[in-house]
Amino acid sequence: MKVRIEGREHEAVPGQTVAGVLLGAGMVSWRTTRGGGRPRGVFCGIGVCFDCLVVVNGIPDVRACQRLVRDGDDIRMQHGAELPS
Amino acid sequence: MSRAHRGAEPRDAMSRVVVVGGGPAGMAAARAAAKAGVDVVLIDAGAKLGGQYHRQDSRAGTERFGLPPGVEHLAESVVWALEPVPGGHRVHLRTGPADAPGRTGRSIDTPALVLATGAYDQVLPFPGWELPGVYTAGAAQALAKGQGVRVGERVLLAGTGPFLLPVARSLLAVGAEVAAVLEAGNPARWLARPAGLLAGAGKLGELAGHTAALARHRVPYRTRSAVVAAHGTDRVEAVTTTRLRPDWTEVPGSRRRLDVDAVCIGYGFTPQLELAVAAGCALDGGFVTVDSAQQTSVPGVLAAGELTGIGGAELAAAEGEVAGASAARRLGARPAPPVRALRAVRRGRRFAAALAAAHPVRAGWHGRLREDTLICRCEEVRYGELRDAVREREAYGGRALKLVTRAGLGLCQGRICGRVVAELTGELTGEPGQSAAFARRPIAAPIRLGELAESPSAHREPGAGPPRVAE
Repeated sequence: MKVRIEGREHEAVPGQTVAGVLLGAGMVSWRTTRGGGRPRGVFCGIGVCFDCLVVVNGIPDVRACQRLVRDGDDIRMQHGAELPS
Repeated sequence: MSRAHRGAEPRDAMSRVVVVGGGPAGMAAARAAAKAGVDVVLIDAGAKLGGQYHRQDSRAGTERFGLPPGVEHLAESVVWALEPVPGGHRVHLRTGPADAPGRTGRSIDTPALVLATGAYDQVLPFPGWELPGVYTAGAAQALAKGQGVRVGERVLLAGTGPFLLPVARSLLAVGAEVAAVLEAGNPARWLARPAGLLAGAGKLGELAGHTAALARHRVPYRTRSAVVAAHGTDRVEAVTTTRLRPDWTEVPGSRRRLDVDAVCIGYGFTPQLELAVAAGCALDGGFVTVDSAQQTSVPGVLAAGELTGIGGAELAAAEGEVAGASAARRLGARPAPPVRALRAVRRGRRFAAALAAAHPVRAGWHGRLREDTLICRCEEVRYGELRDAVREREAYGGRALKLVTRAGLGLCQGRICGRVVAELTGELTGEPGQSAAFARRPIAAPIRLGELAESPSAHREPGAGPPRVAE
C-alpha cells in the first residue's frame, strides 16, 4: 500500500505505525513545539508522552507511534498547535 | 447522540468481568475468569495481544496469543473514563484507529473490573534530553520488536535495571551498533540479597542469555556510569558520559564524549495509574495497594501486574491469574483457589523487592540539571523556572506548582515529568513530593471533542482541572 508523507508517495505495509513509516523514511522529527518551535519525534514509543504528534488526513494531534497506517493516508508534519483542516 | 452512551446496553450490564490491558497480567486474568465459567471483556489499546513485554511484530499477519471462548477481545480500544454505578463501575471506551475522530463508543457495566494497565519507562532529565534521537528504552524495544525499526545506527543505552539488557539485544537484532550499555547502579548488590536471588532463579537465566549476546557483539557494559548530556542542533549527534559515585554524583574528570545518533534511557518504570486513581484505589509508594486476592481498596476493582509494583512478566501473569479468579468469584463463580499462582506471586514479590533494592535511583542526578534543562517536555518548563516557583512563590503542592509553572499540564498530563517534579520539589522543600497527584486525570485517555460531546453520561469531577482533549 501507499501513503503520502509531506505530499510525497511512500511504500508502506499493513501493521506499520505512522512512526514506523516515518522513521523508516529516515525522519527523526515531524513536529515542532508550540512554545519554542523545537523539533520532536518519537520519545516513549508506547503512546504515553505525546511527543510524536503528527497530522493524518488533516487531523492533528495523532500519536504516530500508536496509529497504524492505512492505504492512502496523508501524513504531514505538525507545526505547533494546529487546528483540524 | 449514540445509544451506547445513554447507559450500558443489556449485554453489557453487570454480567461480565472487564479486564483493562492485554499484557501478561490482563491475559492471565481473562483466562482465569473464563476458566471459572464467567464471560469476560478484555480491552486493550494494541492491535495485537501481549502488551509491552510480549510485543508482537504488528506487520506480521499472525497472532501469537489465543484467548478461550467466553473472552471478547476488544483490540485498538481505550478506556477514557470510569464511573461508579450501583454494584460496580461503568467503563467508557472507544474502539478504532488511535486518535482518530469518530471511533465507536461503548459503555460496559461490571461488578468486577480488573486493571492491568502496566507501566512505562521512567526517564530522568538531563541537558539535551528533548532532542530528537533521545528515546526511552521502551521506545527502542517497541520499535525494534513491533516495527523492525532501529532507532539509530550507533546507539547508547543508559539508565538502571535489568531491562536495559533485552533492549540492547533487540537493537542488535535489528542491526544497530550498541556503543555501550551504561548502568548507573552497581548490580553486584544482588549478591547481598540471596533470598531475592533464589526467587528470581528463572530470571537470572534470562539475564545470562542477554549478557552472552552482548559479549558476542563486544558491547561494553559499564556500571556506575551515566549520560549527562546529549548534543546536537536538531537531533542527537553525540553524548557526554560520566562515571558515578555510589550516590550518583559525578566522578570529577571522568566525562567523555561519544558520537552516537541515538540514545535510549530507562531508569525503571512508572505505573499507568490513571484508571486506578479515577476509581479511587488506595496507593502506597506510588503503586496500587492490593490484598492477597489482588483486590484494591475499592470493592469490585482488582489490580494486577506492574500497577501493584514492578516485578516483571512472570509475576504479572501470576497476579493476573489470582485477580481473574477473584473477579469470577464476584460474579458468583466458585473457582478453586489458584494455589500455584498465589505461590508464584509470593516468590515474585521477593524477587521484585530484591530488584528494587539492587536498582535504586539516587538523588545525585539532580546535580546535572542546569538552569535551562527541560523538566516538563510538553510545556517546555525549565529546571530554573520550577526551582524559582518553589523557592520564591512557595508553590509547593503538585496542583499549585502545575498552575504556576505549567509543569505537568501539557499533552501528556504529567505522565513523563510527574515523578521527577515530585522528587525535585521534595528536595527543594524538604517534604516528600506527591507524584500520585499527577495521575489524577479525569479523562484517562485522549478523546476528541466531538466524541466527548456525544457522551453525556461521563462523570466529570468538579475542580479537577480541564479535561485534556485533542483538537
